[in-house]
Amino acid sequence: MSRRLSNRELNAEAARPWRGRYKPYDLLKELCIAIAVVATLTLALTILFSSPDEKPSTIAQWSRQMPNDFLTTAVAELDGSSDTATYGPPYNHNGDGQHLAFIHLQQWLGVSHPINTAQDFVFAPLASVPNDPALQSAIAAYQAAPAKTQAAWTNAYTTGLTKATSGAGGSVRLPAGTYGPVSTMMSALLADAQSGGLDGNLLTSSQFFQTDYTRPLLFMADGGLLAARAQAQHLLGTQWGMMNETGSYPGQVWLWLYTYWYQVNPIANSANADIIVFAIMALLSLGLILVPFIPGIRDIPRWVPIYRLIWRDHYREARAAPLPRPPVPHPPAGAAP
Amino acid sequence: MPPDRLLPDRQPAYMSSWIYIFGALTLAALVVIIASGVLLSLKGPAWWHVTSVGHFFNSIHLWSVELFFFFMVIHLWGKFWMAAWRGGRSRTWMSGAITFLIAVSAAFTGYVSQQNFDAQWIATQGKDGLNSIGVGAFFNVLNFGQMYSYHVLLLPLVVVGLTAAHVLLVRRHGIVPPLPLPGVTAEDLKPVPTPGNGGAPVS
Repeated sequence: MSRRLSNRELNAEAARPWRGRYKPYDLLKELCIAIAVVATLTLALTILFSSPDEKPSTIAQWSRQMPNDFLTTAVAELDGSSDTATYGPPYNHNGDGQHLAFIHLQQWLGVSHPINTAQDFVFAPLASVPNDPALQSAIAAYQAAPAKTQAAWTNAYTTGLTKATSGAGGSVRLPAGTYGPVSTMMSALLADAQSGGLDGNLLTSSQFFQTDYTRPLLFMADGGLLAARAQAQHLLGTQWGMMNETGSYPGQVWLWLYTYWYQVNPIANSANADIIVFAIMALLSLGLILVPFIPGIRDIPRWVPIYRLIWRDHYREARAAPLPRPPVPHPPAGAAP
Repeated sequence: MPPDRLLPDRQPAYMSSWIYIFGALTLAALVVIIASGVLLSLKGPAWWHVTSVGHFFNSIHLWSVELFFFFMVIHLWGKFWMAAWRGGRSRTWMSGAITFLIAVSAAFTGYVSQQNFDAQWIATQGKDGLNSIGVGAFFNVLNFGQMYSYHVLLLPLVVVGLTAAHVLLVRRHGIVPPLPLPGVTAEDLKPVPTPGNGGAPVS
């Protein structure tokens, strides 16, 4: 009984020069036609659908539209309870970061973009507010107070915000409480933010030209404006997240498998979801690259006869006129017969 | 590589299948991406937000990227079902797969360089994954300047270099021949002596 071809025999057969029919071919002509087709298709899609361009959010916009949310976030930056304040590397040492078993890559690579949320998001911007002795006294009083007192003030202020009412012009009225200097500081920060000053303060540092938006983006991401806009545009993690794009555009559909894992339990609820998903995707990517060497995976094309559809014309011809068997290769020059 | 191998004037007749079009279409989409990207970079990253001409070229850039991935994924699946790595062509497959993965990164840096709400959201969401594996320490998606450099120079260079290597490997090894049908046995493929070679098998 004849046996099935082994992988080695298949490889040897595929490495031999082709013994069948040839047809004329012009690579440059094919490429030129392909470019013309793709350019036309692209032009048609551009004319029909254009491209999305939702204006970016600013801290000024956030503090005017959602002043309560802005203040809640700002006081969390001040008392060190915000997402950024407790993030860990690469921003600070206040969190462990994610890990997979004994692999703590986030910790091992360290703090490369140091951020102290109280200093960078609150004290430094407030220090630049001119001609406000009451504010400077409030900052001095807060910084001189024991940590326990600071926590009592910020906790009371956070609780007060839950009962606050919105006033005219984007102001926030809190009920009477023991907020200490926090109330003065937060009011000044809100005014700075609403005037657009905080956008600039968080972006600039010692240099005039800036391209690094790490601080303003982290501050905004701690609040609710970006998430609210994202939810309205079906961009939340539970809505298949960042593979989507604003509007009804395809977005990064090629990230579907990466995003898929975030929808699957227990990964979706894991504190280490990101590193787990990256580990899975790293393994799958390695698998994709090494397909030719993975027994079983490399054999699938032989088991699923899609190749018969791809080369159906060839097989029809071969049935009518089988290819000749390959010739024995010539011996190398000088070899003994 | 000899010119007749680089630009052959004939190919095996089995290449007449429609699936072979998608490699050339992927390459063509890359050409359109680079051409529109060069035009956008000539005027700077803010241009497309403030002019209709800029927005037009941004749309060309976006849709050529979508088509690029569409064609490339079909090309990749096609090559998988053809077991196109046979006959010493594993490096061709590997270079193509790596190009796909690098192209995903290049597109990602483009999305976070858009300077609009999409860029803000994708950057703030994407940072967590990259930070979790330590990459965030030196690849900061919240740093527009860094992402823009990666997008307009570093990653396109890698994609174009890998694509060139991939095409050269295809030309060097030729396109993979059809899989033998199930009825074909090792005996059917055994070489036969011909008058020209004296019938001496070479081991």
